[in-house]
Formats: sequence, C-alpha cells, structure tokens
Amino acid sequence: MTESTDFAMEPDPRTEPPESPEQQKREINRSLWADGWRELRSKPQFWLSVVWVLIVSSMAVFPSLWTSGDPLDNCLLEQGSEGPSAAHPFGFTYQGCDMWGSVVYGTSKSLAVALLATVMTTGFGMLIGVLAGFYPGMVDTVLSRFTDIFFGLPFLLGAVVFLAIVPERNVLTIAMVIALLGWTTIARIMRGSVLTTKNRDFVEAARGLGATNGRIIRRHILPNSMAPIIVLTTINLGVYVGLEATLTFLGVGFQRPNTTWGLLIAEGQPYAMQGDAHLLLIPCAFLVVTVLAFILLGDMLRDALDPRGR
Amino acid sequence: MGRYLARRLLQFIPVVIGTMFLLHYITTLGIQFNGDPVRALFGDRPPPDAVLASIRDRYGLDDPCLQQPGNPCIGLFIDRIGEYLRGDFGTSIRFTDRPITELVAERAPVTIRLTIIAVVFETIVGILIGTMAALRKDGFVDNSVRIVTTLLVSTPIFVFGVLVQVFGALALRSWLLGIDAPLWLSDMFSPVYNVANPWLSLIVPGIVLGAFSLASIARLTRTSLIENLRADYVRTARAKGLPARRTIGVHALRNSLIPVVTYIGIDIGVLMGGAVVTETIFGIPGIGQLVLLSVRGQDALVIIAVVTMLVLVFLVANLIVDVLYAVLDPRIRYD
Repeated sequence: MTESTDFAMEPDPRTEPPESPEQQKREINRSLWADGWRELRSKPQFWLSVVWVLIVSSMAVFPSLWTSGDPLDNCLLEQGSEGPSAAHPFGFTYQGCDMWGSVVYGTSKSLAVALLATVMTTGFGMLIGVLAGFYPGMVDTVLSRFTDIFFGLPFLLGAVVFLAIVPERNVLTIAMVIALLGWTTIARIMRGSVLTTKNRDFVEAARGLGATNGRIIRRHILPNSMAPIIVLTTINLGVYVGLEATLTFLGVGFQRPNTTWGLLIAEGQPYAMQGDAHLLLIPCAFLVVTVLAFILLGDMLRDALDPRGR
Repeated sequence: MGRYLARRLLQFIPVVIGTMFLLHYITTLGIQFNGDPVRALFGDRPPPDAVLASIRDRYGLDDPCLQQPGNPCIGLFIDRIGEYLRGDFGTSIRFTDRPITELVAERAPVTIRLTIIAVVFETIVGILIGTMAALRKDGFVDNSVRIVTTLLVSTPIFVFGVLVQVFGALALRSWLLGIDAPLWLSDMFSPVYNVANPWLSLIVPGIVLGAFSLASIARLTRTSLIENLRADYVRTARAKGLPARRTIGVHALRNSLIPVVTYIGIDIGVLMGGAVVTETIFGIPGIGQLVLLSVRGQDALVIIAVVTMLVLVFLVANLIVDVLYAVLDPRIRYD
C-alpha cells in the first residue's frame, strides 16, 4: 500500500478488479459491521452453523414439524434399547420410546434454559459493567468487588450447590442459577470496554454539546462496546446448553417426566456399557453439534468484528 | 512491587469474606425454605420431637433465625467463621457423625492426584501442540490442532468422560486383556477407579479432566507465540545469528507462556467443577464426589464447609497467580 490516505483519489493498481472511484469510496466507508458481514457470508462454516441453529430452534418451538406426537405417548417396553431400523433410523430408548422423537422433544428445555440464562447474564452483566466503567471511584470500587465475590465461586461447583437448595428445578430456576454465576465475565468485559470508549473524542464532543449521561451511554458508549459482548453472548448460548446437560447429568437439573438431552445421555450411559451404543451416541451427537455450532458462530463473529485480523 | 502486593492483598480480604458470606446466605436460605436437613434425614417417619431437637442442638441447627425466611443470620455466620478459624468444620450428618475435616483429609489425596495428572497432561501436551501449530501457521498441524481444540471446547466434560469411558477405556481394556498384554497396561484402562492402583487407574480420568483446559492452553500458546515470533526482539535475535532453537525456545516461547501462567489461575476453578463430574463418572472417592453426595443427601453442613475450603483454595491460587503475573510482566506492577 502507498502512504497516501486518500485511496479514492489514487486507486492502487494492485487491487483487482478495477472499480470506479465512487464504488471504492463506498467500500472505504463501510462500517465495522458491514465489513464483518462481508467476511462472514463467504464462509461455509458460517452458513452450516446458522442452518443447524435454525433447525434446532425450530425443533424447540415446533417439535411436531419434525416428528409425530410426544415420544412418551407410545413407548413399548418390549422395544427397549432396540437398535436403528428403517422405520426408526435412530432406534429406541431403553424405555422403548422412539429415539428421534425423544431427541426432538428434548431440544426445547435445553434451548429455553440457555436463551433465558443468556438474556439474564447479558442484561445484568452489561448494567453492572456500564455503571462500574462510567462512574469511577466509589461506584466502581463497590461494583468491582461485588463482581469479584461472585467470580470467586467456581462456575460448575457453585451451580451444583445452588441448585441443591432450589425447591423446584424448572427452566426458570435453572436459568437463574446459571445467570447468578455467569454474569461476571460480561460485566468485566463491559467495564473495560466502557473505560476505553469513555475518553474518546466523540464522547467528549457529545458532552461538550450538553448531552446527558444517559444519552452518552445509550448513543455513544453502548454501540461502541457491543462487538465483544455479542461474541461472548453467542458463545455463552452454546456453553449454557452444555452446562444444563451437565447439571442434569449430575442429577441437579431436570428430572423425568421431562425429556432433555442430558437425561437421555445419563440414562443411556449404563446401557451403552453393555453394548447398546446408540443410546449414548445419538443424544451426545446432537448436544455436541449444537454447542459446536454456537461456539463456531462466536469464534467467526470475533474474527469478523476484529479489525486487526485483516 | 510492594505497593502492588499491598493493594492486591487489601482487595483479597473483602472478597474472601464476601464469597464466604454469599455461600452462607444461599445455604441458609435453603434451610429456611426447604426445612432443615435433620428432618430430611428421617424421611416420612420422623422420630419424637425431643430426639429431633437434640440432634438439631448437636449440629448447631437450632438457631431461631433458621426458621425466619430471608434472615441472613449474620450471628451464625460470625460464629461459623470463628469455628472455621479454630479448625472446627463441624460433623457430617449423613456420613455417620464423622468430623468433616476427617472426611476431607481422607478424600483430598485422591483429588490432588487426579488434579496433578490433569495439570501435568494439559500443560505439557497443550504447550507442545500449541507451539507446533504456531511454528507452521496455517499448515496441516495447525489446522488439525484448530479442529481438535474447537471440538474439545464444544464437548461438555461429562459427554467426553462418558464417551472415553465406554468407547475408549472399556474397549481398549477388553482388547488388551484379549491379547495378554501386561497387567499394568490393562489396569490403566480400568473404566472405574481401583484402590489397588491409586495412580494408574487415575490416568484416564485425569486426561478427561484436563482435556478442556488442554484446548485452551494450546490455543493461548499458539496465539501468543505467533504474535511474539513477529516481534522486533525475535528478529534481532535471528539477525544476530542465534540458532532457531534458541530464538524460539528461549526468546519467543518464554514470553508467550505468560498468558498461560495466568490461565492456570482460572483453570483451578474449571478443574474443581470438572472434578465433580469426572469423579462421579469414574466412581473416584474424592472431594468432588463428596460434594455431589452431600448435595444429593442435603447435608448442608458438609456442603458449606467443603465448598468454603475449595473456594479458599481457588481464591488463594488466583492471588498467587496475580502476584506471579506481576513478577513476570513488569507492565502490570507499574500500572
């Protein structure tokens, strides 16, 4: 590249194909988001992950689109642990319920917990982070120590202990326990992000023009701190799907008569040891692919939104 | 450095007290809303009230504030801190009246062995494959490492553990037994913990426990080594004619390991949660299993005592890592 900063006036001969100056000017004025979108849409992994997330979400919201009826309605014990066949390509659970139907119906609870927990962690974490970053001194000190206290509890360990005392474990309570322990990372990232944005010239300018604190936070600080939060939120969705399954596996999450992936895996484990591998492999595959899709999306978003990568 | 240390220590004390209070408050709320653990012990055939009262009195569960939902029981918290400071962690209700310190002392060595295997495995293998990936950026090794680490990070530890147990250890063991391999080799792939082989039978669980952090360490090493290999000082070292072994091994790699050291602090927390899962899957009689057993049996006194000890270990480890970070990286302490 030449030292010139005005590329529109002096097109670099090495860029191909040749574009009209007007077109190039538009290229340069692209925002961070437009740039990121351009990079993302050319990646096949991005589309694969998006398609999988859409499939799984539609299973969660409209399970009847994918399978006929609740799997628990027509279980026959004599079919228990039967392997895959033409009519039932995923075989049967040990209770003799259709495995495919169980997997489809197991989606909604896991995704609901993950979504709810993510909304709560992001909302609360951002609130604490913005306040701590924007008001230095007393507010920052108190909020930062408050964050440290919750950060002092190891995630899974804390979740097991808190869920032990919850009277009824359902979507709301499991999501709340996850959120109670998970918000600290978002708060710390948000605080750091606000601290760096706060002293930029455009914030000073807005203040000089008489903007209130609320307006500065809403219109200037938040939009400029969003990128890392969106990345982490996407990754968290995947992590929380896995965490819910882990807690259920440990016996402190969902219980029968619910159907979730964690329950299917926990029930399949002893039978898989005796040779019925599909009881374990199929729910594991759905869980891992779903977590993977969210984590890949988050990783790709991070690469796309990070200008240093280009 | 002295000022940094003093500041860090001053921050440490309120956080420790705060975290302990958080734990205390949550378990207290549990007793207040769910009824006390003594009644749960007897199920639906409760003994006479006088017996219940005497048991409550013995375990310190007769405080009236435990009957008032929402009351933080500050007095009880202060008493408990005092007892902990004197080394008295109470006795377990479930485990036939044994002192909690005794239960922990009996189980801690198993968990410590498990953690040592996990940490040794994850740091050695993680740094090794991270370095290999960084040296051949975008090559075959790099791409494979990226795929494997992404898969590892996306696999919840219990899924990985169960899969390794059923399709790795169990299958390998029966194969090894079939071909008359040496006994120690097939013992290594035992699907459950075996008291007769306190180290060997922990190798597979240790690898499972370390797998998640292995991926993080490999990625951290790779990113920071790639960054450092581009740095001016590495170019200078090369220009002076130093051999590649020295420029990479001494100059670049040593600086790249600083973020890895700080990761170990967070890792202690990850390993503690992971130990609960790994010990449950492989039937290892360690601290993690104790926590889960007490959670299932609603043994509130054991939960709060053991988790408090674990949290203290976690916080102290993080304090040490922070101090170490300042020693390794002067930019932190002159902040």
